[in-house]
Amino acid sequence: MSRDDTMLPGRRRFLVATVTAGAGLTLGMCLGGCSREDKESAQAGPGKTGNRIISDAAFEPNAFVRITPDDRVTVIVKHLEMGQGTYTGIATLVAEELDAGWSQVDVEGAPADAARYNNLFWGKLQGTGGSTAIANSYEQMRKAGAAARAMLVAAAAKQWRVPPEEITVRDGVLRHAAKGIQASFGELAELAAQQPVPEDVFLKEPGEFRLIGTRVARKDSRAKVDGTAVFTQDMKLPGMLTALVAHPPRFGARVRSFDAVAARAVAGVHDVVEIPSGVAVLGKDFWSASKGRDALQVDWDESAAFMSGSDELMAQYQALADKPGKVARSEGDVSAALGSAAKTLRTSIAFPYLAHAALEPMNCVMQRSEGGVEIWNGEQYQTPDQNAVAKVFGIGPEKVKINMLYAGGSFGRRANPASDYVLETAHIVKAIGGKAPVKLVWTREDDMRAGYYRPMYYHRLEAGLDADGNPVAWQHRIVGQSIIADTAFEGALVKDGVDVTSVEGAANMPYAIPNIHVDLHSPQVPVPVQWWRSVGSTHTAFAVETFIDRLAAAAGRDPLALRRALLQDHPRHLGVMELAAENAGWGTPMAAGRGRGIAVHESFNTYVAQVAEVTVHDNKRFTVDRVVIAVDCGVAVNPDVIRAQMEGGMGFGLSAALSSALTLDAGRVVQSNFHDYLVVRLDQMPRVEVHIVKSAQPPTGVGEPATPVIAPAVANALSNATGQHFDHLPLTLSA
Amino acid sequence: MIELTINGTVQQLDVDPDIPLLWAIRDVVGLTGTKYGCGIAQCGACTVHLDGQSVRACVTPVSAVAGKSITTIEGLDTIVGTTVQETWEKLDVVQCGYCQSGQIMSAVALLSKNPQPSDEDINAAMAGNICRCHTYVRIRAAVKEASQALHPGRSQS
Repeated sequence: MSRDDTMLPGRRRFLVATVTAGAGLTLGMCLGGCSREDKESAQAGPGKTGNRIISDAAFEPNAFVRITPDDRVTVIVKHLEMGQGTYTGIATLVAEELDAGWSQVDVEGAPADAARYNNLFWGKLQGTGGSTAIANSYEQMRKAGAAARAMLVAAAAKQWRVPPEEITVRDGVLRHAAKGIQASFGELAELAAQQPVPEDVFLKEPGEFRLIGTRVARKDSRAKVDGTAVFTQDMKLPGMLTALVAHPPRFGARVRSFDAVAARAVAGVHDVVEIPSGVAVLGKDFWSASKGRDALQVDWDESAAFMSGSDELMAQYQALADKPGKVARSEGDVSAALGSAAKTLRTSIAFPYLAHAALEPMNCVMQRSEGGVEIWNGEQYQTPDQNAVAKVFGIGPEKVKINMLYAGGSFGRRANPASDYVLETAHIVKAIGGKAPVKLVWTREDDMRAGYYRPMYYHRLEAGLDADGNPVAWQHRIVGQSIIADTAFEGALVKDGVDVTSVEGAANMPYAIPNIHVDLHSPQVPVPVQWWRSVGSTHTAFAVETFIDRLAAAAGRDPLALRRALLQDHPRHLGVMELAAENAGWGTPMAAGRGRGIAVHESFNTYVAQVAEVTVHDNKRFTVDRVVIAVDCGVAVNPDVIRAQMEGGMGFGLSAALSSALTLDAGRVVQSNFHDYLVVRLDQMPRVEVHIVKSAQPPTGVGEPATPVIAPAVANALSNATGQHFDHLPLTLSA
Repeated sequence: MIELTINGTVQQLDVDPDIPLLWAIRDVVGLTGTKYGCGIAQCGACTVHLDGQSVRACVTPVSAVAGKSITTIEGLDTIVGTTVQETWEKLDVVQCGYCQSGQIMSAVALLSKNPQPSDEDINAAMAGNICRCHTYVRIRAAVKEASQALHPGRSQS
C-alpha cells in the first residue's frame, strides 16, 4: 500500500489486538499486561527524560504507554532521537488520544525488540530512517494512547458506577460532570490495569485535536541545555575501558603485523588487540588510549588496498557516461525528439564524496552479560545490529540487549547496513574475552576517514526544446556507486540492475515532458558508501532543478512560470512552489549583484520548495542572505519541530552546497577534521522563513526533505545574478 | 597532582600534566556535559569558561590551568547563564543537542562581556561553534532574546 493511499481514520473503529497498519503488519502490543521481562526491558534506554518511580501499580496497557500512581505518563518511543524531534512527535501522538496533559508526559527509548517495536514500513525490522518515524507511527501510537484512555475510562466507570459515555477526559483528569467527581490518571492507574483491553478504540477527528497541530515544548530541551542528556560518549560503566582503533590508511588494507611494546608502556593502557578492522588500544580513559595508539606501530599490508584518487575515479565515471546505462525510466523516443528539437542543451555535474560528520563521532559501549551482550548506543538500527553482534558471539539476537541513547546527530550514519562501528566494538569485547565493558571512541579523524560516505556521482543531462520553447526531450544519465549493493536490501531496492536510491528524484522527476530517458551506471569501487540525509535526492534534485532553470533561460521563460506549466498534474509540488514564491516576493526587482532562485522537490512523500536570495560580492565570493521554505508534509503534527527540521535540514544541504567535499588522493582520504572538511557556521547561515501547507493528508517525514532543495535554489539564484552555470558541487563562481 | 577549581569545587587531580582539560573534566572529574567533537579547537563543543573567558578545553593542557577557576555547563549559575539556558529552552533551539553545551557557554561568555551584541558581534562570538543540525537560526534568535530578557526596555543595536 502506498502511503499516499492511507486515508485519515477519523472516528473509525480500530481493532486493537489484531489491527493492521502501514504495510499490512500486525501491531505488536503486549496487551493485557506484559511479562516481567518485558517490563524490565521496557525500562531500558537511558535516553529518557525526568525521573519516574516504577511501582507494581503501574498501568501498562501496551508496549508504548506506562502510567504510574504519581500521575506520570511515560511514552516508550521506538525511534531514535537524533535531533529530528521524534521523542516529541511520538509522545504527541500518544498524548493526543490519551488526553494527557503535555507536562505530565515523559519519554524513554524503547529496547531492541522488533516483535514489538518494528518500523511498520520496514517489515520485521526495528530502526529509524527514511523520514518514516511519524509516518509509520501515526496510527499505531494514537491507537496505543486511545487504548490506554479507554481502560482508564472503564476503571472510572466501574469505580463511580456510571456509564463510561458520561465520563470526560482532559489533561490527565477524568470527570463525571453530573456527579461532580473526578480522578487523575495516577489515581486510576491500578484499577485501569485490571480492565479488559478494549477490542476496538475510537480515534479523534482532526478537528478534535488539542496537541497535534499546536506548538508543544520539545521533550529533550531541558536535558540538552543543562548538560544532563546522556549520549554514548557520556556512558561510564564500572571497570569500563576506552578503546581507540588504529584503522588502515587505505580502504582494503590489512594489518600485516604490529608492535605494541611502546603502546603497552603508556600509563593507563590495559591491552592492545588485533581485530578485523585494525588494532585496538584499550586504556583506562580516552587520553591513555589515545597516547597508546600514538605509540603503536602497525605495518599495513596494502597489496589489496584501493589506490585511486577522486580525480581518476571521476575520469572513469565520465568515460562510463558515454555508454548507455541500466534504464530507470523511459518514455517516448528521446533520441528522435532530441534530433528534431529546435534547440538542445547539455550539461554535466560532478558531486564529491560527503562525510556525515555528525558532531558526536561514532562510538559504542558494550559489555558481556550473562549469556548475552548489552549495548549502549545512539542506536538507529536495532535489528541489523542485534543480528551482526549475535553472530560475533555465537548467541541468539534476542540475547543482544540494546539501550538506545540520544545520538549526537547521525544524518543516516548510525544506521549502517554493515553495522560497522558496532561490530568493531563487538570484536574488541570478544578479543579481550569479555573481561571488561568497552567504550569504542572514534576521534574526529577516525570518523572522517573510516568510510561510509555519500557516494561521488557524475550526472550528464541533455534536453531539447521545440520552436515555442517547450521542453520535448529529457535525457539523464547518472554514474555512481550503489549504496544498496551487497547489503541486505539489495533484493528489495535494486530492480533490474537499478538501485532505486541512486535514481530517486531523477527517475520520478515530475515535469511533464513527452520524451524522457533516465539511466544509471553503478560502478563497483571499494570505498564504503552509505545513505546520507535525503539519500538519492542529495544529487538528483540538484541535477533536475538546475537543468530546468537552464531550459527556462534557453526558452526565455521565467523559471517559476516554466515549472508551473510543467507541473499541472502535481498539485502538491505546485502548492509548495506557489507558497514559497509568494512569500519570497518572486518577481520583485533585485538590486544589481543580487539574485533569486527557486527549486522544488519531493522526497519521502514530503514536498518542499525553497527560494534563495544571494549577493555576489565580487567575481568569486557570494553570500546566501535569505531562504524562504514551503513544506507540505500532510498533517503538521508538531509545527515547530517541522520548522526546526526545515531550517536545519536546509542548513545541512547548504553546507554541501557551499563547502563540504571529501576527496581521495592515491586512496587516502585527504580531509581529517573540520579545518579541511568545511561546514556552514553561524555567520554563513541565511535568514530563514518557513511556511507549512495546511493539509489533512496523513503526515509524512520532515527530517530529510529540506536538505536536497537548497543547493539548486542557491545555484539558480547565482545563475540569476551572474549568468553562470554550475557543473560541480560545492558551488564556486568563476572569475 | 594538579589543583584547579571546577564549578566552585576545588579538585586535586592525579593526572598526566599534558592531558587536555576536556578529558580531565570528562573522564577524571566525571562531568560529561562538556563534549568532544574535534580535538583541535575547530568545533567548540568543548567550550568552558576559564576565569570567565571562553576557552576550548580540548586543546588546553590541564597543567596550564592549575590554580585557576573553570566553569562548565553544569556550573552555570549566574543570571546570564540561567537566562541563556532558559531562553534556549523557550525557543527549543536544540536538535541533537550535542553541540549545545558549547553553544551556550559561548553565548554566556558573549553576553557577560557584551550585553547587547550586534549581529556582527554574535557572528564573531559564535562562528567557532559548529552545529551539524544547523540550529543557527535559533541560536542567533536565542542570543538576541536572552539579551533582551537581561536588559528589558533597551533597544537592540
